[in-house]
Amino acid sequence: MSVETILVVGGGISGITTAVEAAEVGYNTVLVEKSPYLGGRVAQLSKYFPKLCPPYCGLEMNFRRIKPNPKITVYTTTEVESVSGQEGNYSVRLKINPRYVNEKCTSCNACAEACPSERPNEFNFGMDKTKAAYLPHVMSYPMRYVIDRNACKDKSCDKCVKACIYNAIDLNMKPQTVDIKVGSIVYATGWNPYDATKMDNLGYGRIKNVITNMMLERLASPNGPTGGKLLRPSDKKEVKKVVFVQCAGSRDENHLNYCSAICCMASLKHATYFRERIADSKVLIAYIDLRAPGKYEEFLVKVQSDPNVTMVKGKVARIEEDPATGDVILEFEDIEGGGKRHERADMAVLATGMEPSVKVDSLLSFEENGFIIGGKAAGICSTGVAKRPSDVTTSIQDATGAALKSIQSLVRS
Amino acid sequence: MADENKIGVYLCTDCGIGAALNVDQLEAVAKKEFKVPVCKKHPFLCSTEGVQVIKDDLNNGAVNKVVIAACSPRVNTEVFNFDPLKYVTERVNLREQIVWIAPKDEDPKEGIQLMADDYLRMGITRIGKSSVPDPKITEVNRTVLVVGGGVTGLTAAMESSLAGYKVVLVEKEAELGGWAKKMHRVFPTKPPFAEIEKPTIGAKIDAVSKDSNITVHTRTTIASIDGGPGAYTVTINKSGATETFEAGAIVLAAGWRPYNADKLRHLGYGRYRNVVTNLEFEQHVAKENGKVSRPSDGKSVKNVVFLQCAGQRDKDHVPYCSTVCCNVSLKQAKYVRESDPDAGAFIVYKDMRTIGLYENFYKTAQDDEGIFLTKGEIVGIREEPDTTLIIEIDNQLLGRKMKIKADLLVLATGMVSAMVPEEMSVNNLTPEYIGNIVKRETSDGVIEALEPESLMLNLQYRQGPEVPHLKWGFPDSHFICFPYETRRTGIYAAGCVRHPMDAVQATADATGAALKAIQCMELTAQGRGVHPRTWDRTFPEIRFESCTQCRRCTVECPFGAYNEKPDGTPLDFASRCRRCGTCMGACPQRVISFKDYSVDMISAVLKSIEVPEEGTFVVCFVCENDAYPALDMVGLNRIAMKTNFRFIPLRCLGGLNLVWIADALSRGIDGILLLGCKYGDDYQCHYVKGSQMANERLGKVQETLSRLMLESERVEQVQLSINDWDKLPGILEQFSKKIEDIGDNPYKGF
Repeated sequence: MSVETILVVGGGISGITTAVEAAEVGYNTVLVEKSPYLGGRVAQLSKYFPKLCPPYCGLEMNFRRIKPNPKITVYTTTEVESVSGQEGNYSVRLKINPRYVNEKCTSCNACAEACPSERPNEFNFGMDKTKAAYLPHVMSYPMRYVIDRNACKDKSCDKCVKACIYNAIDLNMKPQTVDIKVGSIVYATGWNPYDATKMDNLGYGRIKNVITNMMLERLASPNGPTGGKLLRPSDKKEVKKVVFVQCAGSRDENHLNYCSAICCMASLKHATYFRERIADSKVLIAYIDLRAPGKYEEFLVKVQSDPNVTMVKGKVARIEEDPATGDVILEFEDIEGGGKRHERADMAVLATGMEPSVKVDSLLSFEENGFIIGGKAAGICSTGVAKRPSDVTTSIQDATGAALKSIQSLVRS
Repeated sequence: MADENKIGVYLCTDCGIGAALNVDQLEAVAKKEFKVPVCKKHPFLCSTEGVQVIKDDLNNGAVNKVVIAACSPRVNTEVFNFDPLKYVTERVNLREQIVWIAPKDEDPKEGIQLMADDYLRMGITRIGKSSVPDPKITEVNRTVLVVGGGVTGLTAAMESSLAGYKVVLVEKEAELGGWAKKMHRVFPTKPPFAEIEKPTIGAKIDAVSKDSNITVHTRTTIASIDGGPGAYTVTINKSGATETFEAGAIVLAAGWRPYNADKLRHLGYGRYRNVVTNLEFEQHVAKENGKVSRPSDGKSVKNVVFLQCAGQRDKDHVPYCSTVCCNVSLKQAKYVRESDPDAGAFIVYKDMRTIGLYENFYKTAQDDEGIFLTKGEIVGIREEPDTTLIIEIDNQLLGRKMKIKADLLVLATGMVSAMVPEEMSVNNLTPEYIGNIVKRETSDGVIEALEPESLMLNLQYRQGPEVPHLKWGFPDSHFICFPYETRRTGIYAAGCVRHPMDAVQATADATGAALKAIQCMELTAQGRGVHPRTWDRTFPEIRFESCTQCRRCTVECPFGAYNEKPDGTPLDFASRCRRCGTCMGACPQRVISFKDYSVDMISAVLKSIEVPEEGTFVVCFVCENDAYPALDMVGLNRIAMKTNFRFIPLRCLGGLNLVWIADALSRGIDGILLLGCKYGDDYQCHYVKGSQMANERLGKVQETLSRLMLESERVEQVQLSINDWDKLPGILEQFSKKIEDIGDNPYKGF
């Protein structure tokens, strides 16, 4: 007799989808996320292509589906420590890392007000700071604060504890383990942006006004470091001219040996961020191939029709900084126009790709780039970008299918 | 069964609520104005102890309706979750939407106190008119009907069966397998995505044919589908004989057909015998078992040119990209090379779209010195007397024109959804429904009307026989987050009928669609709505005695949930309904209600507001999914706002009934702001048409206003997304200023 519960590892949009869709068929699902909130990478996006609608809208609807559904159990700040057993009956040990804030938290913000320490805000890729006691972002689910103990300047400081009238803070919280039984497991562990510092020629980390596409999402968001204004990092000047460097790391044997599937569409979307907000802004996109598959072609045509957006076939070889102005100077070959070109811009955005976030696990089999093919045993599968690079809607289609695959495991065993 | 109202009001005093507001005053509103039997204050209502206070009152029967005046309903939802089939719960948002947006620079007490008093009145009024749902539980048939027997349909059938469900698969052709069965080889389906593979469709056909859960009907079309999720009556036409059976949900996997290459004469098709489409090439190679020859004289080939995007990414033909053709041409180039190692293939592309892990496949072609690839286009083509082709290519990588002698030109033509009628062009389809515009005589004279065409499903629905399409004939979902949401509940499109995709993606898509079909049957069996309101067990109830057969509900429902009885009264199918309330908003007779949501309820809520005698006063009808959370985020960011407005959340702005506008204005409210989702091409409304319907109704509001001798500017709709919270204070301020300029509502004080 199978255990009628499905474990979903990873609380991004793929994991949320698998958990919610399976639960709405009637199965118990346990959704485990290592960070303190659900939503993963999409929570960091300002808009989706090609509709230019906010990801928060779909997340809100998913959270509305989760909240009243007793069949879904959510664990945040939690990782899978061990798995044993077989399809229909897996024993899983979860490790809940301390949040230092318990379920009594009302999200009143008193702890953050009292907190004397600051930390780089990783949600905004370090472009601003939060207190050590913080709410990850305005749509956090669960709506509960977190304390970053590593950021507490004085380990004996207990100002937050004193400020909390609900006794919600426990600075001595220890990791906990929870043992659960499940019938099947879905890995929806998602991706990380490729580390742009590895591309020395592109200057990221060395040149202030070279940023990544994910950083741009935060710059464009109302809850980002600039409140949604497109200002370049070095001097907070409005960006009048921007160059997008496509395939920054992707389709490159020295970095990611595949196409990350989304970066062309992401940069086209980013072009609209600038064009809609800064009237006379100029955008240049340097690409190898423009990959706007299927109906997305329409969006490419729309962006191409803007005379202030130029697209050039050519891979950027190098980015240098003009120390006097902070401007960036990009060197690339214009393959169609012929010859080497130098382009000066206020800012360069690297269209960095996606790298699977879990690359090693004895339970799973991986393809050569680290994407999860599936489980070595029956009853374990992968979905979303953990499985292959894909955009949001394709990930969601796949994650909906993964819900059925995981249900079949319960039915068959 | 009407519930006796035993309302308990629970006021939380912390998170700063007690300090900012006079809670005794709120208690007085509950006890004196509304005479509620139970009203309690608690300093920490969401704590175990606080919740226990409420539970005790519920358990001892003192209370059956709970008003929680504390934080936003978007938080602590799980904490204040009392059995929804026994108790009604209403949340009054004192914290995020009052205390946290309180102005800091003036004496804040007065404005926010009036606001809090009102919100409490509105909450108690609302709950007084609510009752627990009485779910409609009916017998549900749990058979999935799969339309189409290609790779998508076969997968949907197989995957449903593996989950334990019965399937009926209908295929119009004599055999299963669709296009997949006609392939010589397929491009890679598994890591490392480098080598072409033998097709595995045969095994899939076998598995489906042998599966005792699956009934297959070939040479069969659908004569009609009646009913709704859980209870469809399907009549099929099997080579002339009809048969009728029941089904619970539908996967539409009708697939695609190639774009008509006769329209590509400029590329030589139809003019020269050695110009073929990719599909013709494939079938030819399959027939010849891998040998590549040219049609004109059967000679083996030395030089083959592949033209990508032939009649695609082209506004005059197929405007979209068919996603698969780059990989298909790479595969076919390999046929050329395998057939004769001395033969060469030349691929002319706009962009090589070997997305994701297919990059590896592209690389294997790049590494083959017999495969040439260039960005470019064909600018000229002619035929030599020996039928060899001379093709002139504008090579955009070399920046010059070149002439190539070729034995064969393969045009990479694209996919057209099976939902596009043969005789129609994808570019020339009527919006939403496929069909013909006809002239009809009516009492208002001759009007142009759309006569929808029956193609595939033949739904016996008032709103037409097929699933509405978005563009180019694809009955696709418009939602990035919810890719299976079509406008016909219980019918889930999958595969190339809804979007061009390769077989790997179609397989995944079919599995997802099968899940949604199964889920729909299971939710329907519990009397629940399907996406998004799966928690909702209410449904529209109609007082037929007051219906005037105006047909607005049957026309305006975004999901085609209503049919019409012969006399014109609506015939409702609860299982097709998504519970958005658009019909409720449409009804001029106010006869459509839900157990916890009605026209009368919101009218009463409006009447419960104490409109101040001085100053501009605004009421906002807001979408509870986007505009309402946006205001919460204003609070979360502690952005101060004016306090001269009141939010009334609606399930969807489509539920807006015009009588509320009249109610509000006759109460002396100066301005009415509708905050809903974006509508139009890139609509964001979760109910597809809700915010647009509200806007269309607003056009009619002029009438109401002139009857009341008021300015039409007093009512305005603003499209607001959840992320626009930073703009919300400004929007309200601007509207308020505009109303202030118009002046007070003359009905104020009456």
